[in-house]
Amino acid sequence: MTSLKKFFSELIRYPSAILGMSIILFLLGVSVYALTTIPYSEAVRLWRGGEDVWYQNPKYAPPAWFNAFSDKKKPVSFSVKTIDGSLPKTTTPSTDPEISTIDITYAFDYAYDDSPQELMIYFKSDIIEKLSFVSITWITPDERTIRIADMALSNKLTYRFTQDAKLQKRLKVESADVMQALFEDPDSPTQAIQKGEYQLVITGTSFEKAATIDAEFVLHGELYGAAGTDKYRRDLLLPLLYGTPIALAFGLLAALGTSVLTMIIAAAGSWYGGWFDELIQRITEVNLVLPFLAILIMVGTFYSRSLWVMLGVTILLSIFSGSIKTYRSIFMQSKESSYIEAARAYGASSGRIIFSYLIPRMIPLLIPALVSSVPSFVFLEASLALLGLGDPVLPTWGKIFYDAFYDGALYQARYYWILEPAILLMITGFGFAMLGFALDRIFNPRLRDV
Amino acid sequence: MTSETTGSSDSESTPGGKKSSKSAVVRVARYSLLRLVSMMFTVIIGVYLTILIANMGGYVDTIMRNEIRDNITQAIIANPVFRNLTTEAKADLIQTKIETEIDRRGLNKPFVVRSVGYLKNALTLNLGRAIYMKSDQGSKEVRLILLERLPATLLLTGTSYLILFFGSVYIALSLSRKYGSFWDKVIITFSPTSAAPPWFYGIFLILIFAAIFKILPFGGLVNSPSPDNPLDYGLSVLKHLILPASAVIISSMFLSIYNWRTFFLIYSSEDYVEMAKAKGLTARDVESRYILRPTLPTIITNFALLVITLWTGLTITETVFLWPGLGITLFRAIGFYDTPVIVGSTIIYAYLLAITVFLLDFVYALVDPRVKVSSGGGGSK
Repeated sequence: MTSLKKFFSELIRYPSAILGMSIILFLLGVSVYALTTIPYSEAVRLWRGGEDVWYQNPKYAPPAWFNAFSDKKKPVSFSVKTIDGSLPKTTTPSTDPEISTIDITYAFDYAYDDSPQELMIYFKSDIIEKLSFVSITWITPDERTIRIADMALSNKLTYRFTQDAKLQKRLKVESADVMQALFEDPDSPTQAIQKGEYQLVITGTSFEKAATIDAEFVLHGELYGAAGTDKYRRDLLLPLLYGTPIALAFGLLAALGTSVLTMIIAAAGSWYGGWFDELIQRITEVNLVLPFLAILIMVGTFYSRSLWVMLGVTILLSIFSGSIKTYRSIFMQSKESSYIEAARAYGASSGRIIFSYLIPRMIPLLIPALVSSVPSFVFLEASLALLGLGDPVLPTWGKIFYDAFYDGALYQARYYWILEPAILLMITGFGFAMLGFALDRIFNPRLRDV
Repeated sequence: MTSETTGSSDSESTPGGKKSSKSAVVRVARYSLLRLVSMMFTVIIGVYLTILIANMGGYVDTIMRNEIRDNITQAIIANPVFRNLTTEAKADLIQTKIETEIDRRGLNKPFVVRSVGYLKNALTLNLGRAIYMKSDQGSKEVRLILLERLPATLLLTGTSYLILFFGSVYIALSLSRKYGSFWDKVIITFSPTSAAPPWFYGIFLILIFAAIFKILPFGGLVNSPSPDNPLDYGLSVLKHLILPASAVIISSMFLSIYNWRTFFLIYSSEDYVEMAKAKGLTARDVESRYILRPTLPTIITNFALLVITLWTGLTITETVFLWPGLGITLFRAIGFYDTPVIVGSTIIYAYLLAITVFLLDFVYALVDPRVKVSSGGGGSK
């Protein structure tokens, strides 16, 4: 216990260790948050979902905080719906019990310098035979009232403002200019956007006793959320959040598996010696000849792209690496030391000697090597994903890279799409690398002198 | 693959004796033979494993058979020449054609037999013909496909690795002299940046220099259409080389300098270096004779291993920069299930590695007088 305390007091003398540990703690926090708020099956469903899941989001929208760095404020997307109460709805029964009036009014502040891409209303009505009726009105900040549409409503209806020919006629504009017409200041010579509170008023009438009308109002702006969206309208926050535990799990498991197994095999080999040791040596040499990445690509292409299969193959191929020779030569030395002889004299079993005497002495070498090797495995996941060998169902950082890179995000100046996973990967890599670096100096004081 | 650095007593006991020099020759010969056999064994197993994986343990055969069936059936149904044949006659024709094709590709023999055949061909460097891939000249010879890509890969890996290697050794040497200086601290601080692979820096470089400033190309080997004038061609290639080569260099530069610097520092704290300094030798003499000389074997090993990795190319970096090298070819070959190309590129790497490791032992003996050949392998210091 005291040695642990001493170790930590030494560790915090290194600024890189503190920084590294804070980054790792932060990532662990994000992982816990992601895993508790989004269950695994939900994450996979959302990530694999198409238009039916993500229809409320615009395509290729940079994150909303872009506005903070720009003079020209771009519209931020939002969606509200009556089902969860974000879109207020009041139902007034009339004298006839069959007929009821439904009023849906949404007032929102619009303070952007551009008109949105599109406004949409998704209606839902649980009628049996008599159609409901709705009329939509638009009230601008200067109190102009524009009649948008009146229509009969069956069970489901999607109303898109720009696609309505009648509205285009009424506003005397083309489809592409409907948004501009709704949002522009009529007195402005430069066709500026009128800022202020807009109101959407939906008045519905239901002609059936049990029927009601629900609506979802969606504004497709230029920006969206904290992380933006991709080509498939998916909120990038999902893979960024959910990719954190996956990256950490992959990196840590691969690093732990590789270094611990390498250590055990090296210890057993040097302890038993003879043909067993010889076999390990030969396997190591064969492994050196095998092309690591090519085999991973082959396994991914031919057998399975599952992240966990990849993890297993990665560990398998990394066990018999050059470090087995380093460990072996150190074990060969400590095998001859007197405390091992003492253990042998009192009749300790081979297993006991390997696990209780040989390996614990190597922990100082093992831990820094383990921590330092985490980043390379985290990046390996991204590398495989970039080659199109990412896990088919899981949302990971590498998959964002893949989608962005092959959709030409770099050519089309959609930098946020590439930079978000890149920055996360980078801080993860640096966090572990910095901690490993400090640990190396603490456990191997020889490095400190030079 | 470490050399035997044991100063074994029997080889030093009778200096200059005629008998010992003869036995030394025998020992060297026996040692070399043993090494050669063990290396060959390693290469054979490594290549055979690759063949097994690249054929999915024989599953690729099933894919190929189905494809032959599909292609021939399609071709005969679509061919107007055979339109007048009866259904049975057509079926017969299809069947014979499929059998001929399967026979031609040697798919009728069991996989184990064929895999041994593949191994024999691979080991004798008879790389054979690709199944689907073609070189730009239209040849299906694996040898030609690989050779065509080799210059691009060598240009990229050669330029970047050589600059990286000699640059970092040189910088490390001068840093080890000024240990604790500002630049020394900078290198230490930045060494964790090497955790990221080259393609990662590549994406940033593309973003900055190609997308934002638009001064360098996004990727590829030359401008399209490629310039006729050899000088313009060369300049265009150089311009395309800057970003991928920088990505490779940046990604390993700091760690490489740091490692060499630590390595040189350990050697420059040896007693004999202190002694040389005390004698009043110049810094240059101390460096070249007392620090570089004993570290030469390590430098040579690292250089030799670097030279063979030139061959494998940088699969992902080449993919990101659309650099038409061996790495991207290997990746494409895997996508096409093109076993001969995969095995071909593996066997060449395996051979290069084995030869290099084998030769290194002798180079050690030449440059480092401390290395003695000991009888019997396996032992380590």
